[in-house]
Amino acid sequence: MSRVAVLKGGRSLERQVSLRSGARVEDALARLGHDVAPIDVGIDLVRRLQAMSCDVAFIALHGRDGEDGTVQELLEILDVPYTGSGVPACSRAMDKVLTKHLLLEAGLPTPPFFSFTQTAFRELGATDALAAIAQRLAFPIVVKPSSQGSALGIKFARAAQDLPGALVAAFSYDGRVLLERHIAGRDLAVSVLDGPDGPQALPVVEAVPREEDFYDFEARYEIGRTEFVCPAELPSATTQRAQELALATYRLLGCGGFARVDLMLGADGELAMLEANAIPGLTETSLLPQAAEAAGIGFDELVERILGLALA
Amino acid sequence: MKSSAMRDMMAITARPEVISLAGGLPDTSTFPPETFAAAAARIAEESCAKALQYGPTDGLAETKDCIAEVMAAEGMRVDPEDLMVTTGGQQVLDLVTKTLIDPGDVIVSEGPSYPGALNAFKAYEADVVQIDMDADGMRIDLLEETLARLARERRRPKFIYTVPSFQNPGGVTMSLPRRQRLVEIAHEHELLVLEDNPYGLLRYEGEAPEPLYAIDGGVFVMYLGTFSKIFSPGMRLGWVVAPPPVLEKIEFGKQEADLCTSTLSQLMLQAYFELSDWRTYVDSLTGVYRSRRDAMLEALYDHFPAQAQWTRPAGGLFVWVTLPDFIDTTDLLARALGENVAFVPGEGAFVDGRGRNAMRLNFSASGEDHIREGIRRIGEVIKEQVALYGTLTGELPAVSEPGERGRPAGGVRRAAADEEARVVRLPRRASEARRAGGT
Repeated sequence: MSRVAVLKGGRSLERQVSLRSGARVEDALARLGHDVAPIDVGIDLVRRLQAMSCDVAFIALHGRDGEDGTVQELLEILDVPYTGSGVPACSRAMDKVLTKHLLLEAGLPTPPFFSFTQTAFRELGATDALAAIAQRLAFPIVVKPSSQGSALGIKFARAAQDLPGALVAAFSYDGRVLLERHIAGRDLAVSVLDGPDGPQALPVVEAVPREEDFYDFEARYEIGRTEFVCPAELPSATTQRAQELALATYRLLGCGGFARVDLMLGADGELAMLEANAIPGLTETSLLPQAAEAAGIGFDELVERILGLALA
Repeated sequence: MKSSAMRDMMAITARPEVISLAGGLPDTSTFPPETFAAAAARIAEESCAKALQYGPTDGLAETKDCIAEVMAAEGMRVDPEDLMVTTGGQQVLDLVTKTLIDPGDVIVSEGPSYPGALNAFKAYEADVVQIDMDADGMRIDLLEETLARLARERRRPKFIYTVPSFQNPGGVTMSLPRRQRLVEIAHEHELLVLEDNPYGLLRYEGEAPEPLYAIDGGVFVMYLGTFSKIFSPGMRLGWVVAPPPVLEKIEFGKQEADLCTSTLSQLMLQAYFELSDWRTYVDSLTGVYRSRRDAMLEALYDHFPAQAQWTRPAGGLFVWVTLPDFIDTTDLLARALGENVAFVPGEGAFVDGRGRNAMRLNFSASGEDHIREGIRRIGEVIKEQVALYGTLTGELPAVSEPGERGRPAGGVRRAAADEEARVVRLPRRASEARRAGGT
């Protein structure tokens, strides 16, 4: 039995999901016989951690601060062991641009992209390069903030006149955005879970839109419009390749404990990585727990495994 | 309807460090605690057992007397037989919809509409058709066109939903001629109208046009009232007035939903009405809210760029702001939360994807300093986005600075009505029409 501080909530835009992930983890930890101390992280986080004597912190935070290495850095200083990836992996995974550069350098597939800061547009005339960018990527182009964890701020530019609005939207979330070639195809997610035999890729999840005839990019993130299928119905070679790529990404970024890699399966059968999430959702409807379940790992076992890795 | 991402984002608006212009809360800190204590003491002394007991489904007779008094204050006469006390006004929306709507039935509403009403309508799978508004409220000419179109499609709306006074979220008020015409149309087409009037008594200037219910006399107009904005939303006390056959069904629905409205709340209301003059309290609220509205309008002129337009409510709780259509207010909210300020993005007030460049601002729940500071911060992020868009398009639209753009003559109290006419109506954008076409 351990005394576990469950870190959740906070100021991230994904506060609500984090509170749900945290609550579910707390229930599991209590069932497993641990002494649970929930913390909605705020200005008193360090003081609270200092005041309590916990053996380990379970980080159920998503997005900024919790998933980008900030909270992890604080826990390093306080000498509190914590779940999931360390500071370097969190920093890399939170930064989609950095992740994509690392993937390319390692020879792993990711859609072509360009990335700019607001300053580039304001002070270096990047606007004048938009036509060339559009030509290289071809419409439709996906525009997204580099470091936003959830789907917020992801826009779909169908033509040149959509680009400025899409960029303004994406810049609402981050000072750096990326413009990425859109891969028309199937949305896949592969979760990776560490274990006694090293990291293991879990069954592939596919996000399937419910309304095939009417489907726009933003809609896939709306409640009830997407259905998740796990394991995804794919040729076994594709499944294997997706799992290999996810594992390679996990290792490349230096992740620990668990992570989720999002990919696209193009119409040509090629896979391409979009991003990695260092702390994917752990709610009832989240993908990683679903994938674990499909691999025969129940939620309590999943939580116990993640906690055990932090204490190992 | 609302994306999960946006709902998640709204969770942050409740953090203490955030100046929230997002809610629709009255300022209950203005209610005298000694009046509350006296009312509670009186219940303990005189009617403790009754307060702890179930009550009749249609409400206590004493509550109905209070309701008749409030309705009389707005020029309406009501027979207690025709009304039912409910658990807040929201329950009326639920019960009326449950009673009248089968999946696919049409409800005609204003656009933008109160998102809470849209949610109730959607829960019963109604098909909501929204009618544009201008400075005089719902465009009755467009309503007639829509009714004609629906008739051609052999679809008959089950009812027309409207908040004619200080509309939520639009902030505009339906003119008397339009009210009269709306009631005529209801009679011509034998159509029910649900008049939702939570804010009618919170008027900060001008004369009140007659409520639809008063014009109609309760033949086709159903009336939704609430004590939430003139007494307390925490008490959960509302009411509905409807023709007997409809009311009877609503009563069945209520029995099924919660048996009766809180007896304790009803007795608190009754004691409050007897112990003090509720009109005096409403007058004090009106004074407080008028100053806050003025502070907000002043701040909007000072801090919002020339590309922004907004309504000028003569009462109620909300200002509706329309921004250039390249700004998505859901994304803007994410940026604004970074500056610890919140508003409600306009998207949730439409059923067809419009409203993405609009926002609702509340001025009743924050002090004047917070309102000014909140508006300043939102103004900054809007100007930032306007400037960025200019950079991205190479057009560089001028962002006006305070003082650059003259205030309308007579200060904020007299804004041009024709400007307002352009504000509430949100023309469909091509991409949104596509989006709407698929739903």
